[in-house]
Amino acid sequence: MTAPSASAVVARGARPRTITAGRIGLYVFLAVSALYVLTPLYVMVVTSLKSMEEIRLGGIFALPAAPTVAPWVEAWSTACTGLTCDGIQVGFWNSVAILVPSVILSVLAGAINGYALSFWRPRGANVLFTLLLLGAFIPVQVFIYPLVRISAVLGVYGTLPNIVAIHIIFGLPITTLLFRNYYAGVPVELFKAARVDGAGFWRIFLQVMLPMSTPIVIVACILQVTGIWNDFILGLVFAGRDNLPMTVQLNNVVNTTTGERPYNVHMAATILTASVPLLVYFVSGRWFVRGIAAGAVKG
Amino acid sequence: MHATISAADLRLAQAPVETSVSVRDLKIAYGALTVLDSLSLDVAKGEFLVLLGPSGCGKSTLLNAVAGLMDITDGEVWISGRNVTWAEPKDRGIGMVFQSYALYPRMTVAENMSFGLRIARLSKAEIAERVDRAAKLLHLTPLLNRRPAELSGGQRQRVAIGRALVRNVDVFLFDEPLSNLDAQLRAELRIEIKKLHQSLGNTMIYVTHDQIEAMTLADRIAVMKGGVVQQLAPPQEIYNRPANRFVAGFIGSPAMTFLNGALKGRAVDLGAGVTVPLDGYAFAEPARASGPAVLGVRPEHVALLPAGAGGAVAQGRFAATGTVRMIEPTGADMTLWTEIAGQPLTIRAPADLSIRVGDAIGFALDLTRASLFDADTGARL
Ligand SMILES: Nc1ncnc2c1ncn2[C@@H]1O[C@H](COP(=O)(O)OP(=O)(O)OP(=O)(O)O)[C@@H](O)[C@H]1O
Ligand SMILES: [Mg+2]
Repeated sequence: MTAPSASAVVARGARPRTITAGRIGLYVFLAVSALYVLTPLYVMVVTSLKSMEEIRLGGIFALPAAPTVAPWVEAWSTACTGLTCDGIQVGFWNSVAILVPSVILSVLAGAINGYALSFWRPRGANVLFTLLLLGAFIPVQVFIYPLVRISAVLGVYGTLPNIVAIHIIFGLPITTLLFRNYYAGVPVELFKAARVDGAGFWRIFLQVMLPMSTPIVIVACILQVTGIWNDFILGLVFAGRDNLPMTVQLNNVVNTTTGERPYNVHMAATILTASVPLLVYFVSGRWFVRGIAAGAVKG
Repeated sequence: MHATISAADLRLAQAPVETSVSVRDLKIAYGALTVLDSLSLDVAKGEFLVLLGPSGCGKSTLLNAVAGLMDITDGEVWISGRNVTWAEPKDRGIGMVFQSYALYPRMTVAENMSFGLRIARLSKAEIAERVDRAAKLLHLTPLLNRRPAELSGGQRQRVAIGRALVRNVDVFLFDEPLSNLDAQLRAELRIEIKKLHQSLGNTMIYVTHDQIEAMTLADRIAVMKGGVVQQLAPPQEIYNRPANRFVAGFIGSPAMTFLNGALKGRAVDLGAGVTVPLDGYAFAEPARASGPAVLGVRPEHVALLPAGAGGAVAQGRFAATGTVRMIEPTGADMTLWTEIAGQPLTIRAPADLSIRVGDAIGFALDLTRASLFDADTGARL
């Protein structure tokens, strides 16, 4: 960063031109895009901190004159969803109850699938894998009715285990793909060495492969946490009345209104619902990139 | 049967030969691709067998089949008198070392070595003792608590050898264990492996495509090509009496010179009026008397004649003259290219001779150490 005059090597020739019309265009485009995304967020945050009187009076871009967290408290604990008025927190805890087992089990199942497909190569493994991938490209709606029927026949329809099982099923293709590709970069000799050492299917998985899979486990968890948290349709259909996830509750809060719409409460509830995926992205962005980049593993 | 007798032959001759690993009519196919077809191979107890051959000839496949890491299409594998064709790798009494080290990345050196022992539920004391002993033998004691990522390539491969060692098995399988290492380390570890074999006396099957490793380590070498064992013999015999043209060309550096000609009784006519008498050559029985043939001469078996020596050479040698076309110094030696009967000939000569390109030289082929092959089949005549 210091002046290079004293150094022996002096750069020659034209400096790389950093400012061109194309560059300016690009930055303008990026700025507009950022504005486009950030403006609604800004409006939501400021609105959620205003009282209803202030909302009625002021413009939507104005900063809150007397900031208050009352709308947040109301959204969290007393907002009405249909007949009950326990706030969005019910949905939050429902979502947590759905999320934790779904993420753990779907990542674990994907890891086992990827491991088995990469190293044990059972007969028909390629066919199986192709089918699984095909499944990932068929719209979810196609499966809903058959799955409802199957769940009903099995007598689990509208329960927590039901929605967890559904999330595991829909998570399998992507988690399997992630782990299969990750394990494809692991030298097969490692697997062979473990077999010579006498390790079987589970021991190789648990003691050799899983401990070296941290980056891809993190990637899979991020994808699954955000995907499952943001899910609406599956939760609505399969979770049952008592387990409706936060997204569905949010919809109920926003739509259950008599009289004037409490925009500040709605904004707060929305931000609360979005906060989990947002937090995951902020905290794990670095890990995510590292995991995606970790293709090959050095022994 | 053969002229030279090696130490390995003597050893096999003294003790009643006990077979350690026996591969019988082995066939292995990857889908439609048959890699090995009715391959049979016996390895004696305590023998160091090297599998040598070009890339893709099926060496690793054979080794994996012996280890039980690969489905066998047909045939049998016997180890220490047991038919283990369908046995799990761990039950075969083998230890294996891989080219890519294959160390468990999240385990320490000690944990890497003891992994198999812990699975076998050996007592803590027994495990510690075995790991200690292997670590001492391989100079790994100060490294026992490190992770593989914190080791050099040579150290990693020693850990991999240690992991095989602690299993106390009869048979070690090595798949190109040194080919990821630089030349100096390779030479060092080669000697360590040789010492290890001498002190432990285990059976070793060792895959390589480095002929120096093969020549220095092996009791016997199996030269493979296209899934077929071309020759199975002690290193000296492989070198002196290659069974066919492929083996002759594959072993030796610089490579053997092949001169095309026609067999005329006990002489070979190289054309251009040059007929080389083969009085000193040990023909295979029954000896052929005519037909197209290839005379193989190793560069180190061609001697430069001092200027003015004339054509007088000892029995079994053939003198000729030529012009130096090219010179390649290789340190202690140099390689000369000249011609005989219009065909290129390579000569290995001491590097301190003052010979330049274009010089006329006289040289003598040592026909007692030459090889003669059928031009069509490549088989030794
Ligand atoms: N998993 C596999 N699927 C299909 N073909 C294979 C597979 N593994 C090996 N082959 C083929 O089998 C043949 C023998 O392979 P092998 O690995 O035994 O060779 P190699 O002698 O060990 O070679 P190298 O010296 O390169 O290690 C090759 O032609 C190879 O292409
Ligand atoms: Mg190989």
